[in-house]
Amino acid sequence: MIVAEPKPIKELLEMVKDFNKILILGCKGCVTVCNVGGAKEVAILASTLKIAAKKAGRAIQVEGHTLERQCDPEYVAEIKEMVDNYDALISLACGVGPQFLSERYPSARVFPGVNTRFMGGAVEHGVWSERCAGCGQCVIHYFGGICPIARCSKSLLNGPCGGSDHGKCEISKDVDCIWDIIVRKMMDQGRLEELIEFKPPKSWTTARDGGPRKLVREELVR
Amino acid sequence: MSEYKSGSNLEKILKAGHFAFTGECGPPQGADAAHVREKAGHLKGSVDAVNVTDNQTAVVRMSSWAASLILLQEGLEPNFQMVCRDRNRLAIQSDILGIYAHGIRNMLCLSGDHQKFGNHPEAKNVFDIDSMQLIHTVKTMRDEGKFLNGQDIEGLPKLFIGAASNPFAEPFDFRVYRLKKKIDAGADFIQTQCIYNMEKFREFMKQAVDMGLHEKCYILAGVTPMKSVGMARYMAKSVPGMDVPDSLIKRLQGAGKGKVAEEGIKFAIEQIEEFKEMEGVAGVHLMAIEWEHKVPEIAERAGMLPRPRV
Repeated sequence: MIVAEPKPIKELLEMVKDFNKILILGCKGCVTVCNVGGAKEVAILASTLKIAAKKAGRAIQVEGHTLERQCDPEYVAEIKEMVDNYDALISLACGVGPQFLSERYPSARVFPGVNTRFMGGAVEHGVWSERCAGCGQCVIHYFGGICPIARCSKSLLNGPCGGSDHGKCEISKDVDCIWDIIVRKMMDQGRLEELIEFKPPKSWTTARDGGPRKLVREELVR
Repeated sequence: MSEYKSGSNLEKILKAGHFAFTGECGPPQGADAAHVREKAGHLKGSVDAVNVTDNQTAVVRMSSWAASLILLQEGLEPNFQMVCRDRNRLAIQSDILGIYAHGIRNMLCLSGDHQKFGNHPEAKNVFDIDSMQLIHTVKTMRDEGKFLNGQDIEGLPKLFIGAASNPFAEPFDFRVYRLKKKIDAGADFIQTQCIYNMEKFREFMKQAVDMGLHEKCYILAGVTPMKSVGMARYMAKSVPGMDVPDSLIKRLQGAGKGKVAEEGIKFAIEQIEEFKEMEGVAGVHLMAIEWEHKVPEIAERAGMLPRPRV
């Protein structure tokens, strides 16, 4: 899933300090799963904004609504009757949500309520870890089912580098050296020969380096 | 000339079977050429080639190619270091052509320390290709006359290709295979990470010799003399992939006040003496970090002078 985290409340308050009618929009997709932008978080943020405004001696109107998804125009269109009643929208979806809202409602002021971090999953309760860099050409089967592009600090395809230290990456003792894990796993699987094979430079044309991406599936386009 | 890949002094020394001795020069954090010239002055005549580091530890310094050119002007042979952190494949290939055009003949290919260590941790890194692919790129440009896209090059960069090896980083069992991989990718010579754990290095070299790697490539053993107990402790604790045994720290501590640096040099000289005899070791790479003025003394005491002329 796409993993996000709440924006610091101070930053959020500063963003919307000049608005009196605010609609907070949640999303039932990834951000609900990672506990940052579902119906529950929408309600909490609404209360927080009201309390902060009251403290500042302002009376504001804050409502919440959670969409099925914010990355599909049909769901974004559901709120067309509501939008005009507000002077600010805060989206608690990943970075896609506030942009779909901005595109669908050109006159609305849309603010991001979360910081989108990465594509990953929960490794334990409350802890998420990156797994995919979205390079557009998956190669994990060469590396024991583990992605060195997303998980090696230097995206090495012929690792590990000399900074691998007792299973940890040179950048931090909190970061696993993924090449240490890849090497041990492949040696355990008896695949040393594959590890010694030279991996040529990767084409980044399908990654973000190739420019903003768009996917057209002809069989689905009517 | 044609018998050589590059015709660099380092290549000639190694090919003639001499025990090579290379030094290192870290460029300044400023535009002062005199700083580089002063360091060069200490190294001249004591070493066969001088590594010029490329924004080492991700701290911004005078560019390695520019400092390498100053060394050339001073009559020293540079070993130009290039890291993959700061350049994509376009910049990498154009810099390779440029340094060769200016007379640089040795190049050491590295991935580069992550920028998180350095003085611009907010920077975006590149890592378009890795050190292995960089070695292969230089070899392809030199031997096949092709760019990475397969296009022909006019005027080939005849470089002596170097690579690094850290025998002490984990997983240890794989390290000798990664060395092999670098040699297969095109490395002509290897300079190792600073060695302090001699026992482990002997084991690593035995593996390399058993695989015949020393016959395909010249392996230079890395030596950095310890200046103080603090430096030894710092390297042991805070430099990833560095293996400093407690016994060495104790030995330095035992030297007594004012004598630690001398003990560090003594240890380095003992190491060099052993490397001269060690099967598969073709030379020593002396990284006297901000201690360049000590290099002539170490070279003299280690019996490395005068340097041979080929």
